[in-house]
Formats: sequence, structure tokens, C-alpha cells
Amino acid sequence: MEQKIEPKAITLSKEDFGSDQMVKWCPGCGDHAILRSVENVFPKVGEELGYKKEDFVVVSGIGCSSRFPYYMNTYGIHGIHGRPAPLAMGIKLANPKLSVWLISGDGDSMAIGGNHFIHIARRNPDINYLMFNNKIYGLTKGQYSPTTPKGQKTKTSPQGSFEAPFNPGELVIGARGKFFARALDSNPKLMQDVFLAAALHHGASIVEILQNCVIFNNKIHALITNKETKDDNQIVLEAGKPMLFGKEKNKGLKLDGTKLKVVKLGEDGVTLDDILVHDPTTEDAGIHMMLSAMAPPEFPAAFGVIRAVEGETLEDAVWNSVEHEKEVSPYKTMDDLMNSGNTWEID
Amino acid sequence: MSGKRIDVILPVPLTVIFSVMKKDKVVEIEEAVVRFAGDSGDGMQLTGSLFSDSTAFAGNDFATFPDFPSEIRAPQGTVSGVSGFQIHFGHKNIYTTGDLADVLVAMNPASLIANMKWAKNDAIIIVNSDEFTEKNLEKAGYKENPLENNSLSGHLLVQVPLSTLTYEAVKELDLDNKSVMKSKNMFALGIIYYLFNRDYTKTFAFFESKFKKNPLIVEANKKVLTAGYNFAETLEVFKNTFRIEKAELEKGRYRNVTGNQATAWGLMAAAERSGRNLFLGSYPITPATDILQELAKHKQFTCITQQAEDEIAGIVSTIGASYAGSMAVTTTSGPGLSLKSEAIGLAIMTELPMVIVDVQRGGPSTGLPTKSEQSDLMQALYGRNGDAPCIVIAATSATDAFYSAYEAAKLAMEHMTPVILLTDGSIGNGSEVFKIIKTSDLPAINPPIVEANDPEYKPYKRDPETLARRWAIPGTAGLRHRLGGLEKEDITGNVSHDPLNHEKMVKLRQEKVERVANYISDLKVDGADDADLLVVGWGSTYGVLMTAVEEMQAEGKSISLAQFKHIMPMPKNTLEVLSKFKRILVCENNMGQFVSYLRMQFPELRYEQYNKVQGLPFMVSELKQKFESLLNE
Repeated sequence: MEQKIEPKAITLSKEDFGSDQMVKWCPGCGDHAILRSVENVFPKVGEELGYKKEDFVVVSGIGCSSRFPYYMNTYGIHGIHGRPAPLAMGIKLANPKLSVWLISGDGDSMAIGGNHFIHIARRNPDINYLMFNNKIYGLTKGQYSPTTPKGQKTKTSPQGSFEAPFNPGELVIGARGKFFARALDSNPKLMQDVFLAAALHHGASIVEILQNCVIFNNKIHALITNKETKDDNQIVLEAGKPMLFGKEKNKGLKLDGTKLKVVKLGEDGVTLDDILVHDPTTEDAGIHMMLSAMAPPEFPAAFGVIRAVEGETLEDAVWNSVEHEKEVSPYKTMDDLMNSGNTWEID
Repeated sequence: MSGKRIDVILPVPLTVIFSVMKKDKVVEIEEAVVRFAGDSGDGMQLTGSLFSDSTAFAGNDFATFPDFPSEIRAPQGTVSGVSGFQIHFGHKNIYTTGDLADVLVAMNPASLIANMKWAKNDAIIIVNSDEFTEKNLEKAGYKENPLENNSLSGHLLVQVPLSTLTYEAVKELDLDNKSVMKSKNMFALGIIYYLFNRDYTKTFAFFESKFKKNPLIVEANKKVLTAGYNFAETLEVFKNTFRIEKAELEKGRYRNVTGNQATAWGLMAAAERSGRNLFLGSYPITPATDILQELAKHKQFTCITQQAEDEIAGIVSTIGASYAGSMAVTTTSGPGLSLKSEAIGLAIMTELPMVIVDVQRGGPSTGLPTKSEQSDLMQALYGRNGDAPCIVIAATSATDAFYSAYEAAKLAMEHMTPVILLTDGSIGNGSEVFKIIKTSDLPAINPPIVEANDPEYKPYKRDPETLARRWAIPGTAGLRHRLGGLEKEDITGNVSHDPLNHEKMVKLRQEKVERVANYISDLKVDGADDADLLVVGWGSTYGVLMTAVEEMQAEGKSISLAQFKHIMPMPKNTLEVLSKFKRILVCENNMGQFVSYLRMQFPELRYEQYNKVQGLPFMVSELKQKFESLLNE
């Protein structure tokens, strides 16, 4: 049984999802922009996929990002630390007709919830997983997280962190995840495109949003976001398009042996034909893994949909089995089951 | 293998031998306990369950208990690899799996040495003498051969060269050695069938369906079973055989169920009656895994089972499914309940219904995974941060697990709160005779589900009687709301840190659970309501306490039993019942958790306690001894 809902004429607006609750994130926090983008994208998701406003459910774990459900006028649950993935999965399995959105942070998803994170990628339920990565624990006021760069000083790493960080995209792909995209809190247009792509992808769509914590880790993504450096340090990937970046769009990515290499059009005989064309749909994870891992200064950081591979969702597999068993099982009711097998009569 | 040797050595006085030689006579008895023991690979569980089926066919009431090691296949021939199966059957109602065995079947020296403590002093002991080799005796830890040194005198020792005779029985079939040896348990079963005058047609039918694809194996099992039966008859091994009259069971249709199966079925029945889909999020753990496995089989009832990546994901997915409108369940054992603690707090805070089944085992930590204990009571009642009350009920037997699971689901959904259902290894793995009911005869379940666009709906507005908030299910128009672990404002459900609101909400959650007392049955007393001694138990000890108390009542003793099934809240008449007795003895398989709870709830009463923490149930004999000593003081 295909659980996807047939699109029907539904018109929603941003106002349908705005909450009357006071938003209590710090002024200047990247979360505000993410919230606005989500509010903007939900009406489009509803129109594209036929979800009514009561069909949206927003769940979260614990952390600054995870207050998110309280700031949306949808169904929602603010869960416990690290566990938004099983919470979302339980909802989606129970009712596949809901549009389930999961909001989490790098502490919630990469540390305490790391186990659930890799398993939801592997299981592939059709949920949209937005992970805000500010590379710090904000709500507990400034401790290093599993994505904090090695050597960074924080309250719990006064000599600099001794630990190598995770790269969320590599985790998703390593866990055989089928969708990974990256967005930036300072680029609303990109966020909305990516969020909509995540919603349209039938499966677990995991999105990393590079988000700035203005209080405890300000400018952590500066190399990527600075006006002066951003064009050279960002590449927005588009399906079927050559991987070009730079202010003049004259830099590109090329495969050099088994590795990626940044090249310039016109230099050393490089032409457009040498530049890799992005294919997010290929099952082979090799290039996707390399794209996810790219980071300045050697490479631009990749944005947009890096990987989007079709595959059966968990809830489709489960509910197809339910429908099949209903047809073939000899037991239609509990009374049938109780009277089956070895029974005997006492008169 | 020594070949043709067929000897039966009976180390009993000559006079007994003479009586043995007379034509066997049938003796009517009331009840019996048979224990099958062998190596893990000897097929003792199958032997036991086939004997159980024939017991059902004979119309007896019965209860069974498997006793297996926590290792899957420990080294062959060692004590740690011994697997056992005990069945207690009778003409009267059977409440326990029996203290000590009247008949012990020991397939090798290790199973004999491990099980002698479970045999009565005058038990019939049937051994496979072929296995009593020097090497096997040494592996089992015997210094001398117990079959030769008179250490078993007093018992009726029946030495049967089971392996040799099994070979003999099937020698004309062209079977490999391994298949032949696999069927030797059927020789033992044949002997026991003869001893209890059993019909083996049902067992033959079982062979035919089980080994459908291999007619040779069907034939071999039939031949070996018949050979065992004929061997016992022809050689007049026993001075008499036994017959147990049909039990006086209520008229109706019956079947055998284990407690774990009954739990799963009770949950499915509740889902059917409430019109909700069942969702189970669970992680495999002994001895609770059977419930997950049973529910996983029944997708046709829209029973969604999710084997989670860990215990926490198991319960958190359950919370999600409950929010989305399913009858949600998670199943576990003690260590798993520890891991679920924080999430149970979230379920209490969000006031979402769910059943948390804890099939208790010996603790703490990994403890005794395959043994039974009642030591998670305090964890169930209090094992969470904050003031976090939830309903706790305890099943009193394998068959009661069906009704307890049903009631747990009903209370959870109608009162919008998690319910912890405590069973344990003895209930979960034990089996009993279950009277099949119609699900339509079970009480209706009416969850407070909100209709679309109800203008009155507020997330934390409560039913004035139950104090339950209502269940507004995502996808329903006009009811969008947010839940979460942060404290919520009364009625509106908005996040609130207001001190007075918090205190109000803490009290409301507590009172909601306490008011469940208005919806549960009264505490009953078996026996006079002012006897000299009141025995108090809870949960799985019911059968053994009941048997001990009834036996003493029959002897004219002034003793009664009150067994608790509802722990939080307790029945409303609890104090009234307990205060009529001068002496109260609380018996439980832990260090005194329920008695501590009673002392806290009703400090005005005086309690004595009797505890057994060996991973084993109480025995009727030891209970009676304890009760006698108190009554004689």
C-alpha cells in the first residue's frame, strides 16, 4: 500500500503555522531565521503533497533548537534529550499520513542521540530531520559538542578540545542514509529550497543547517559565511548541473584519480567538460561522501541536496505487510486466534 | 555402545521386586509433579510440552515451568548445560508448578546431580544409564557413580539404557546416528506415558505435522515412543501405574498459554476492543522477548511492532505512537526498565496512555536473567526523577496475565497515563490451562478521544471524575497543540514555570492516579476476614500462597490470604481489610519492597515479612512451615 497522499487542492499560508507563544531564543540567534523558513515552507509542502494544516507534526529533543515545536502552530512534542528520532518514528509508523518534522541540534543528535541518528538513517521512515549544527552546547552555556573542531577552547575544554569531531553528512551516508542536504541559517532562500526538497523526498531526509550561536560560539561558521570569503568557500549543488562556485562561477570540482580537486576554468586547459556534474540520485555513495566531507580552506563547503536516493520507506514496508497479513491470515479476530491450535472441550 | 544389553536394575528390597513382578495395577491419585531434565540439546522442552498436551487431552488441570540455563548451549554434559521442564497436574485446581517432583527423568549424570534437590524423597527416578560413563560422571562432578553407591536408596531408581534401546527400536530404519539420538527423548516420554496411562494418538499427530517433510523421522519418533511405552509395560518396571481423574474445570473450551503469550493476547484483545491499532516498541531482553515475538506475528490485527535499537528508543517510539493515537506498549525486564525511566517521566508529563510491561528477573544489574524475582517493585513505583506517579498492577498468574494486560491497557487509555504491568519470569515462561473467552465479554474500553473541531478542547482540561485530560490525535482538525517534558500550564498546556501552577500540576497528576482506585476491584480475602494470621502477597506468588493457605485451612488452621494485584493505587478497602487481622505476614520474592510500601501507606499497622530471594518461587512446604511457626508462637 502506497502511503503517499495524493495531492489535492490545499491552500495554506505562513499564518496558518505561526504561534502566539513568545519566541525566547537570544536576539541574533540563527534559530529565528530557520523558524521563519520552516513557516514559509509548510504551506508549499501542504500544497505539493496534500497535507492539511492538522497533518503536520513537529517533534524535537532537548536543546535550544528543540524549543521549536512550541513556536509553531502545529501538532508537536518536545521530547527528551537525544531521542527525537524514535519519537518521530513512532508517530510516522502509527500514522503514515502525517507530515513529520524533527528538530534537533548537534548535541542532541550527535552525542546523546547518536545511536538513534544512525538508525533512523538506516531505517528510512519518511520524516524530515532538521539538525541545527552550531558546534557547541548552547542551552547548558558553552561546552564542546561532538562537532566542535579539535583544539577549540570551550568551558569544558579550557586547553582546547582533544577530540576529533563528527561530520554529520558522513555519518548519514555511512549509516546508509538515502538523503542528506546542507543549508545555512543566513541563507533563507537556500533553506526553503532544501526544506522543500527534504519534504518531497520520500524517505528519511536529513538536513544539516549550519547555525550560528551568537552567545557561545559566535562566528563559528565565519569562514563559510563571511562576505569576503563566502563565494570561494561555498558551493551550492544542483542536480544535473556542473559543480561550479566562486564569485565568477569559474571554479569547479573535478575528479583527480580517486579524489576531488578544485580547478579553475581556463587554467591548465580545464574546460566545463572536466567539471563534475552533480547526481544526488546515484546509489553509489563515493562522491556524496567526498562532497559531504569538503571543508575550507582546501575545499568549499557543499550546500544543497548532496544525496537523494529513492528507496522503500520503513512505514511503507510495515503497512504493506499489515495489508498482506490481513488478506492471508486465517485469524480475523482475537476470538479466531484464541480458538486456534491445540484446544480442548470440558463438558 | 554395548549392543543388546537390556537390563533394568532396581536397587530396592526383594519384597518390592516381587510386588513389581505382579501385574501392574492402576492407582488413582489426586495430583503429580513430573520433571524432565537433560542436556540443552536433549529436547526436554519439547518432551515437556508434548506431555503437557497429553495432560490437557486427559482433562487434567496443570501448570508448567521450564528451567533453562542462560547459556544457549553450554558445554555438553555439564551442570550449566542442563535444561529442565516441570509439570504439575491434577484432578483439583492447580495453582503452582509444584514444589518437588514425584517423577524425575534424568537424561545424563549432570541433569541428575542438578535436579536431585527437586525430587521428593520417594520419587521415581528414571535415568539413561548409557550416559553414566566415567567421563560424563566426571563432567557432572560426581566422584562415584550414584547408580552404584546406594546414594539414591529410598527412591525408586529405574535405570534404562535409553540410547541402546532407541537404536534397537529404529535399527531397521535407515537413519543416521544423530537423528536416532535426537529421538531418544521420545523413549523417555513413552515410559512416562505408560506410567500415567496416557494416550499417544495426539502425539503421533504432532509428529506427522511437525516432520511433514520427513516421513522417516515421523516413523522413527513413533517407533521410539511406542518402544518406550512397551518397554515399561513389558518389563513391568513399575509396581503400579497412575491415573488422575479429569479435573473439575468449568465447562468450556480450554487451551494452554504461557504468561508471556497471555500478556500479548490481552494487549491485542484490548486493542481490538478499544478500536485502536496496537503499537509495540521494544528491545529484546530475557525473559520478556516472547511478548515482542508473539505480537510481531499478528500484523493482521494491525499490530505494529518495532524492534528498536535500544530500550530507550523502544519506549520513546511508544510515546510517539501513543501521541499519534495508537494503543501503545513497550515490553522489557528490570535492566530495561531502568533505561526507560526518563521516558516514563515524559509519558507521565505528557499524560499519554501506554502500557509498560516489566517481566521481572533476578537483579540487580544483569543478575539472574533466566530466573524469577519480584524485585522491581520500588523501581516501578518510584524509579523516576520528580514526583512521577503511575499506575502499577501485577499479574497473579500466567492466565491472569491476559486479564491484567487487558486491564492495564484499559486503565492507561481511559485515565490517560502510563501503566506499569509487572509480571515475572515464572509467570512469563510458566504455562497454565486457560479458559477461552469471547472478547465481547470483556469490559468495554472507552478512550477519551476528542472529536474534530471541538470548541471546548484544551490540552490540559480534565474530566471532572477521572481527572484524565483528553486524547487529541494529530491529523484531527481544530485540535493542534504541543506537548512536552516542560511543565505545562493547567488547562491551556502552554509552557509554564509558575511555582503555584507547578505544584497544582504535580498534585493533579498524583490525584489522577489515586482516583483510579474508584475503577478497580476491591481487595478480597480468601478465608475468614479475621483469622489469626493474614498472609499478604502480590503478583506472581498467588498460586503458591493460595495452595499453602488452602492446605492449612483444610487442616483447620485460622489463616487467610489477601493477594494484591493493584499496587498503585491500592484497592480502596485495603486498610479496612488489613486492620481486621492481628498478625499480617507479607511474603515476597525480594528483600521486602511491598512490605515497606505497606508500612509507608498504612503505618498504623504492624507487619511481619517472609522473603525469598533465590531466583526461585516459594515452595508450599516452606511457606506452611513458616505459617505454622507463626501460628504456634
